[in-house]
Amino acid sequence: MNPRAQIRLLPDNRRLHMHDGPIDLIVEAWGEAPEIQAAYRAAATRFVTVLDELCAELKFLRQPTRINGPLPSDPIARRMVAAVTPYAATAFITPMAAVAGAVAEEILNAMTTAADLSRAYVNDGGDIALHLTPGEKFVVGMIEYPQPQPTPPPSRNPQQRQNPFVPLRALGGSRSLSASDEPWPSSQSHQRTSLFGTTTIEFNHPVRGIATSGWRGRSFSLGIADAVTVLADTAAQADAAATVIANAVDLPGHPAVVRTPANELQPDTDLADRLVTQGVGELRLDEIHAALSAGAQVADQLHRQGLIRAAALNLQGETRLVGTRNFGLDEYPVESIRFGKGTASAVPIGATSDPGFSR
Amino acid sequence: MPDDAIRCDACPVLCYIKPGRTGSCDRYGNHEGQLVRLDPHVMLERAQSRGESLVPFLGKSREWDGNLVSDSETFVTAIGAGTTYPDYKPAPFIISSQVQGVDMVTVVTEGIFSYCGVKLKIDTDRHLGAECSIVRAQGEAVGHVTTSEYGSQMLSLGGVRHLTGGSRHEGTVTCDTLLHLCNGKAVELQIDDGAKVVVQAGKPPIVDGVHEERMRVGCGSATIGMFAKQWLGKVDEVVVVDDHITGVLSEHQAGKLLDIPETGIKMKGRRSTPGRYFKVAEPGTSWGGTNITDPLSILAPFDPGVAKPGLRLLMVSTTGEQYAYYELDDALRPVERDLPPSLQESVARIRENCEPALCTVLFMGGAGGSLRAGVTENPVKLTLSVRDALTRVTSGGAPVYVWPGGGITYMVDVSRMPENAFGYVPTPALVAPIEFTLKLDDYAALGGHMDHVRPLSSIHCSDDGSRRVAPRDDNPWPLSAGKSDRE
Repeated sequence: MNPRAQIRLLPDNRRLHMHDGPIDLIVEAWGEAPEIQAAYRAAATRFVTVLDELCAELKFLRQPTRINGPLPSDPIARRMVAAVTPYAATAFITPMAAVAGAVAEEILNAMTTAADLSRAYVNDGGDIALHLTPGEKFVVGMIEYPQPQPTPPPSRNPQQRQNPFVPLRALGGSRSLSASDEPWPSSQSHQRTSLFGTTTIEFNHPVRGIATSGWRGRSFSLGIADAVTVLADTAAQADAAATVIANAVDLPGHPAVVRTPANELQPDTDLADRLVTQGVGELRLDEIHAALSAGAQVADQLHRQGLIRAAALNLQGETRLVGTRNFGLDEYPVESIRFGKGTASAVPIGATSDPGFSR
Repeated sequence: MPDDAIRCDACPVLCYIKPGRTGSCDRYGNHEGQLVRLDPHVMLERAQSRGESLVPFLGKSREWDGNLVSDSETFVTAIGAGTTYPDYKPAPFIISSQVQGVDMVTVVTEGIFSYCGVKLKIDTDRHLGAECSIVRAQGEAVGHVTTSEYGSQMLSLGGVRHLTGGSRHEGTVTCDTLLHLCNGKAVELQIDDGAKVVVQAGKPPIVDGVHEERMRVGCGSATIGMFAKQWLGKVDEVVVVDDHITGVLSEHQAGKLLDIPETGIKMKGRRSTPGRYFKVAEPGTSWGGTNITDPLSILAPFDPGVAKPGLRLLMVSTTGEQYAYYELDDALRPVERDLPPSLQESVARIRENCEPALCTVLFMGGAGGSLRAGVTENPVKLTLSVRDALTRVTSGGAPVYVWPGGGITYMVDVSRMPENAFGYVPTPALVAPIEFTLKLDDYAALGGHMDHVRPLSSIHCSDDGSRRVAPRDDNPWPLSAGKSDRE
């Protein structure tokens, strides 16, 4: 048994947390109790070998993917290669661009193979694989981190810019606070939360994967997007696409963008000496829109190819949506999505798990 | 591989890690060539029973046994919640949580403080610089001299204008200066046309290379008042030299009450009221915060009609650090003598009554008002909740002062916060912790966002990434009963 891996049920007694090296997963399943138990057992059994398997192929997985190139034997590595291959002809990409999504998928697959679940998810540091059965759905929120606002530009849309302090993780003593499962009150959501978008994924939607990429994330980005969140048919696809779209949200040569060769930061990165974004100064609104347009163009293209189902591109408070028309996002006026992000809540959002092996 | 990178063997990824960076897990880093486990998340742990000593670090990892674990009361600070040591790269997106009807949440951006700075109180009577003078670090303007306070000089450092309104370098240096000060490190500041001062929270300032030791007990006049009785009969005249108000015993009301006779002393400077003189010298870093090194330089010749040979004169600074004892010769000129033992005690007492001079650093940060604008249709209600102590604001678990008025602008004594509570982002801007605590039902009553509430226990999923620290005894426990409990 892998001595590094930590696997435990979170104290809400519902979610499973699995951690090994840079992989950090939150898992939750719904169904009959014995089925959940079986699913978690399967997830844990599968999980303990994942990191060793990936590391055995790490050298290969850090090489740029070529069309009709060699395929690895490891199933996760194969998922990774499959997810990035559509981009190999036109861009530099390595299988590592899909690692987090691929791991999430693999674990979810182990769970659904072993047990009868009504729905389940595996969240690998924000790259999420979903399982749904008829009649079931997930509501997914995208949140701008409720924290002090970065460098507030003086003019543009002050309501959205002056994000005050909001709570991080202050909680009520020994009391156990737990969320209910009631449906999101859609009519009020834009007033009550810092979600800048929510979407409902139902069984008949093809979406089973969600991923986010951007320069502020743990993985390096070649672009300047704060975050690009992608919905796609699989988590690995979403992961790869988010990376590609986030890279495309860019203003090449812009003086306010601080870029550093990736291997100066991390000697063994798969990005070698490509310039990765380390800081983005305040941009003018027209510049923001130019960068978002560049990203949206790529996202549109991927949407037409069926590689993604929807994307939300976020840069310095501006959001661009692609392909959301067929999703729950339409339930909310675009204004609410854009302005809702400056809102705050007085009790924390989010868990503290570390992100996954997410490149 | 570059030879300054080290190889982490904590897991099979075997990352090469450059100095000051972390591996791909963000849990291990290269700290000055050493592979270290990083503690991105700070918790304050309070033992169940009051007064029990605490284990400062806890890194137990528990295998999944399906059982709940109950922990002692834990307050999770914001320190590290959104950033990772050592370069405070913004937190990754994340995370899964149970939100009302929202099963997962993807957190997508990291916030920063551009509107922030440091109010620095430097206990010194030495002149540091004129009000409004520019304060520089590494040659860059990082702040200015603001008001003098009692026994102290205040500096205001940082602020959005220096952080992002000037050159890139100015912003970087300002950020660096604030970060060091807030994290309890020493910083050297040069004041335009003023002193060079080394400041560090909780430590005495070093002014132009001189360690400040004591705060003055009072101005020169006040010192006369305090010690007049102790001088009675032991000395004929005392001058307490002070940059603000220099006191003269025989002319001072305190001396008059003790029937101390006139001595014929003639002071330079401008007389305010009897025995109290302004501007006996220029401000400086010597006697009593003046520029004099020879105390006699503030005296004019004694009045020959009043003064008598043999008259005993003590001159002392407001902190007792400088003193000199004179007797008048036949020509009524002061001649320095050893301080008589009978006066040594009073000088020592002045010194003893001067508290240790310290630098204190208050972080001040603020942001605008969308807490009101965005959350509810009735913004006042939300503002009042913060304002009204229904919501307790802490910074790294330390109490804060929230300024009245709009927005949330607060101050916190950085020395009451856990170590290395602050980070930065290259914007440049500071990353400071802040926590909001309120009762769940108060929060619900506010129309709060109940769907984002999650159990404290779930924090423990990353206990090996958490640093647990004992709370400071002098800080109120952040989760203790507040105003709202009175209802």
